[in-house]
Amino acid sequence: MIYREAGQFKSSYGADQAIFPIRQDRIALVILLALAVVAVPLFAAPYWLETILVPFLVFSMAAIGLNLLTGYCGQLSLGTGGFMACGAFFAYKLSTAFPELHIVLVFLLSGLGTAFVGILFGIPSLRIKGFYLAVATLAAQFFLVWMFNKFPWWNNYSPSGVISAPPRALFGDIYLTGIQATPEIKYSFLLVFVAVMALVAKNLTRSRIGRTWMAIRDMDIAAEIIGIRPLVAKLSAFAISSFYIGISGALWAFIYTGSVEALAFDINRSFQVLFMIIIGGLGSILGSFLGAAFIVLLPILLSNAPTALGLEISVELISHMEFMIFGALIIFFLIVEPHGLARLWQIGKEKLRLWPFPY
Amino acid sequence: MPVRTLSIWITGVPLAIGAIGFAFSLMASLNPSFFFTWPYFLEVLSAGLLQGVMYSLVALGFVLIFKASSVFNFAQGSMVLFAALTMVGLIEMGLHWTLAFVVTAGVMVLLAIAIERIVLRPMVNQPHIIMFMATIGIFYFLDGFGQTIWGSNVKILDIGIPKDPIFVLTGLVEGGMLVNSFDLVAAIVGAILVAILAVFFQYTRIGRALRAVADDHQAALSVGIPLKTIWVVVWSVAGIVALVAGIMWGGKAGVQFTLALIALKALPVLILGGFTSIPGAIVGGLIIGAGEQVAEVFLGSLVGGAIQDWFAYMLALVVLLFRPQGLFGEKIIERV
Repeated sequence: MIYREAGQFKSSYGADQAIFPIRQDRIALVILLALAVVAVPLFAAPYWLETILVPFLVFSMAAIGLNLLTGYCGQLSLGTGGFMACGAFFAYKLSTAFPELHIVLVFLLSGLGTAFVGILFGIPSLRIKGFYLAVATLAAQFFLVWMFNKFPWWNNYSPSGVISAPPRALFGDIYLTGIQATPEIKYSFLLVFVAVMALVAKNLTRSRIGRTWMAIRDMDIAAEIIGIRPLVAKLSAFAISSFYIGISGALWAFIYTGSVEALAFDINRSFQVLFMIIIGGLGSILGSFLGAAFIVLLPILLSNAPTALGLEISVELISHMEFMIFGALIIFFLIVEPHGLARLWQIGKEKLRLWPFPY
Repeated sequence: MPVRTLSIWITGVPLAIGAIGFAFSLMASLNPSFFFTWPYFLEVLSAGLLQGVMYSLVALGFVLIFKASSVFNFAQGSMVLFAALTMVGLIEMGLHWTLAFVVTAGVMVLLAIAIERIVLRPMVNQPHIIMFMATIGIFYFLDGFGQTIWGSNVKILDIGIPKDPIFVLTGLVEGGMLVNSFDLVAAIVGAILVAILAVFFQYTRIGRALRAVADDHQAALSVGIPLKTIWVVVWSVAGIVALVAGIMWGGKAGVQFTLALIALKALPVLILGGFTSIPGAIVGGLIIGAGEQVAEVFLGSLVGGAIQDWFAYMLALVVLLFRPQGLFGEKIIERV
């Protein structure tokens, strides 16, 4: 009833190809953004901002990056953790070597550096596919983490091997990193930054380059025959995906945790991000957000559920149970909807269009 | 295997080992801090080979399942952990280890049936990546499940395999070569296991059916091979292989959570040997084991050590660039 596009006529190609062609969607998005920008920082407790919303935004960024590579270009990667580590350590070295460099520029440059590393480890994708490639990207994962862990140059010879984000201001004396940064500032910055990056990603996938990726994903040989160069398409996917993942790593180290060691970016981080895009939906920017929200919220729910229900279980047992429930839920989700939460959302919208009539 | 490939391997392997040895000895003569002697090199090599057998044991389980159902079973590692935990738990309850082995094998068969019913059957015809994710789900579930039941303390699995280092070939090399007898036993067990599997695949009715399924699912179905039964059988066999691997790894390093992560070490073995080849899993395991041991001991010190973490992957990556299907894998032919 309320969600109907009847009467919304489009008079230009631009309007027809808009990201949100339906007016109700645009209104909903504006309301959502307004809530996220104004209401959340005002009313949410700092605990919520710090432990749920900030990691959610950082992970969304990583999930968008991996989704560009795996969901849109079809190249399975298990090296996400390694690329995140790249971003974090590049940003650390840049911001300590050039203190006058603006922090946003540092993030973008570290993403650029990670993009080069991504191209390097993307070269095998020209010869191998599928699981062979996935295992090849594991080489990136293990090698990069080992490198950042082993050579003290990367952490400026800190004895513990931990890098701590130096305090840097966004502008004036509004600090984005370091102890003076408030959760509200961190959240607002991340919100704007991630929203802009997501918009860029969405437009990339709708443009020429995104179409070549999808052609490669659907059938690489056929794509080659119609004139798409696999070398350019695959390596650009690796580069842009690594750019996003690198920035998310830098955001993780600088804004979310503040201090981090290389081992925080181990193989589990890679799997975590992979789960996000599979549960959220492969080949969907919205799915990256939904998946990130799901994976960030689930452990928090699981660890708080027993106390909420008044059960007394030892901490150790809870952590094992968490593993079990996590695994079971993943299997459940894959069986019920293999195309992820984004697909559920789409089905819901289709239903809503007709509601309350059956046809 | 054709005679030609066999002869290439027979001449190639000693040549490669010799070449690496000579390269090292050359480096040693140029750089006095680089330690190298031939007996030490061979000792490291043999230790690596025996370690490689252990990798092969884990990789075998992967290959079995991949061949029959083209599912890349990431949960193999946690199956190893789960089997070892169950076995230790049963032994602690007072069972003799042979009895515990039989009971655990039964548990693994039940697990295979459960996985087939609950996970695989509803997901037939899904893309490979979805199946892969489902096995990661199984990985998490089994990890949590095993530790919920049996606890997460490091347990000792002792079924009476001697662990003393022994000297072999004392007559041949000066001072002899130091070999861990436990590794030797593991190698023998691995060989026996592979022999049993080969006989099972070659000469039994079910084995023939398994090979048919591995060749072509639809053709197998059309001649009346029950696919679902085959999947249960193959997951059970993989479970029992996991049990043997679990006993060996558990006896060597103790039964603990990290056991599940050896699955990650089996992955480069797989791409080196090819996902669909049992001999590939064995040879791949040997190459990876020997390669990473030699690299760690002789080259690790040059770059700061602990290169074991990634050396296997890099080795596999290099092989992939030249032979995308692995050493023994079937050549990948694609048609549009």
